[in-house]
Amino acid sequence: MRHETIEKSLHLMMVLIVVAISIGGLVEIIPLMFSADTSEPAENITPYPPLRLAGRDIYVREGCYNCHSQMIRPFRSETERYGPYTTAGETVYDRPFQFGSKRTGPDLARVGARYSDDWHRLHLMNPRDLVPESNMPGYPWLAENAVDGELIARKLKALRFLGDPYTDEQVAGAAAAVEGRTEMDALIAYLQGLGTNRRNRR
Amino acid sequence: MPAFWHWYVAAGTIAFVVWCIWLIQWAGKQGPQNVADNEVVGHVWDGDLKEWNNPAPRWWLYLYFLTIAWAVGFMIAYPGLGGFKGLLGWSQHGQYEEEMQAAESRYEPIYERYAAMSFDDLRKEPDAMQLGASLYASYCTTCHGSDARGATGYPNLTDNDWLWGSSEEAITTSIRQGRMGVMPVLAPALGGDAGIDNMVAYVKSLSGLAEADANAMSAEPMFLALCSACHTAAGTGNPLFGAPNLTDDIWLHGGSDDAIRTTITHGRNDVMPAHGELLGADRSKILAAYIASLSQRQ
Repeated sequence: MRHETIEKSLHLMMVLIVVAISIGGLVEIIPLMFSADTSEPAENITPYPPLRLAGRDIYVREGCYNCHSQMIRPFRSETERYGPYTTAGETVYDRPFQFGSKRTGPDLARVGARYSDDWHRLHLMNPRDLVPESNMPGYPWLAENAVDGELIARKLKALRFLGDPYTDEQVAGAAAAVEGRTEMDALIAYLQGLGTNRRNRR
Repeated sequence: MPAFWHWYVAAGTIAFVVWCIWLIQWAGKQGPQNVADNEVVGHVWDGDLKEWNNPAPRWWLYLYFLTIAWAVGFMIAYPGLGGFKGLLGWSQHGQYEEEMQAAESRYEPIYERYAAMSFDDLRKEPDAMQLGASLYASYCTTCHGSDARGATGYPNLTDNDWLWGSSEEAITTSIRQGRMGVMPVLAPALGGDAGIDNMVAYVKSLSGLAEADANAMSAEPMFLALCSACHTAAGTGNPLFGAPNLTDDIWLHGGSDDAIRTTITHGRNDVMPAHGELLGADRSKILAAYIASLSQRQ
């Protein structure tokens, strides 16, 4: 009858539940924060330049991650189609990660340079102009919205505070770097950079 | 990862398993000797509904211990205890390499056989064409369409009209190295809207879409000066530059007045991305043979 001791004491039960469900995180997540594989950038991985950073935030805002993953798993069926599998060091500057969990559309982890800028522009305006079978929605308003340079400069500062190695010049030049660019330009710049850190795509 | 964290993971994992065993021992009561007759937990529902305080069924308890035994066996066989690699030596990376090697030893002889075959023979080989169709579906459909008929700005691959040439070498180069089709901005050179309109009329007259009237013909000297370098004086195009033939009824960016005007005014930058690194030489050749066969079918 000793289980009654726990079951009839709300506070003891709460403490023990927290212990039980946090042990997995304590053992599996915390050590990763001290692992070079997961905390140091892979070769050619640098913090997002201002325009691509703006594009990343549009990607998140529009919910692209609901249908597109950015995580190529180490299976032949995935690497044949998308390119080399994703490693932890490639995502150290992603806050939050864009791994996604569902592929209504294809994986985008290495979509950079696969298509032309014009292709992306047409495709984002109305995907069915290029891919008649597509069920992706169009995003025509992105071509009309300007990127807020002031906001990007503040985001760079915030990310630098969190440890991303932006230089003073990058922060000072952030607003100028996105001057006159639309959200469409920013999103395309983001997409065209995805996965291009690996020169050899096989 | 510093050694401390390996020990931390191992200790945390083992401690949790031990704790699971201890918890069931501490909280449970096992065996029929512990069943007290008519012992109830004390709650009463609907006047007479009571709950017995019996031990958990044996089979259920054994399942609990079975999962613990499974965990112990797993940690011995597979990596899980910090830096311990497991007796099976399994790793995610190793499994991937094995899968790739198995595929290579299975498919490489097939690719080698096809690599030695001529372009024409490949097109007669149904298995090679099926392989080509799969490659096409994976790599080409997003621009050229699943029916290979293209889209505005993206060439139709079934019409036997070739911007960059139809030879084995030309198609393979297009796939492996990509192409840049550049139509320069010509509005400033044409001197205003009237000049552009005349040029549109002249271009349309080349394929018989419009009558070659005086307005159209007034643009001919301009065409010879500005356009003939790529499109040739007769307008038949040049596969060296990917310059389209203007005398047929195939229009890459559309043959309406507006589309032609946009092309002349703003230019075009057509990009076929390079796929050589993605595909490698053998697959590129099979894909090229398949794409060439699409036109043959018509």
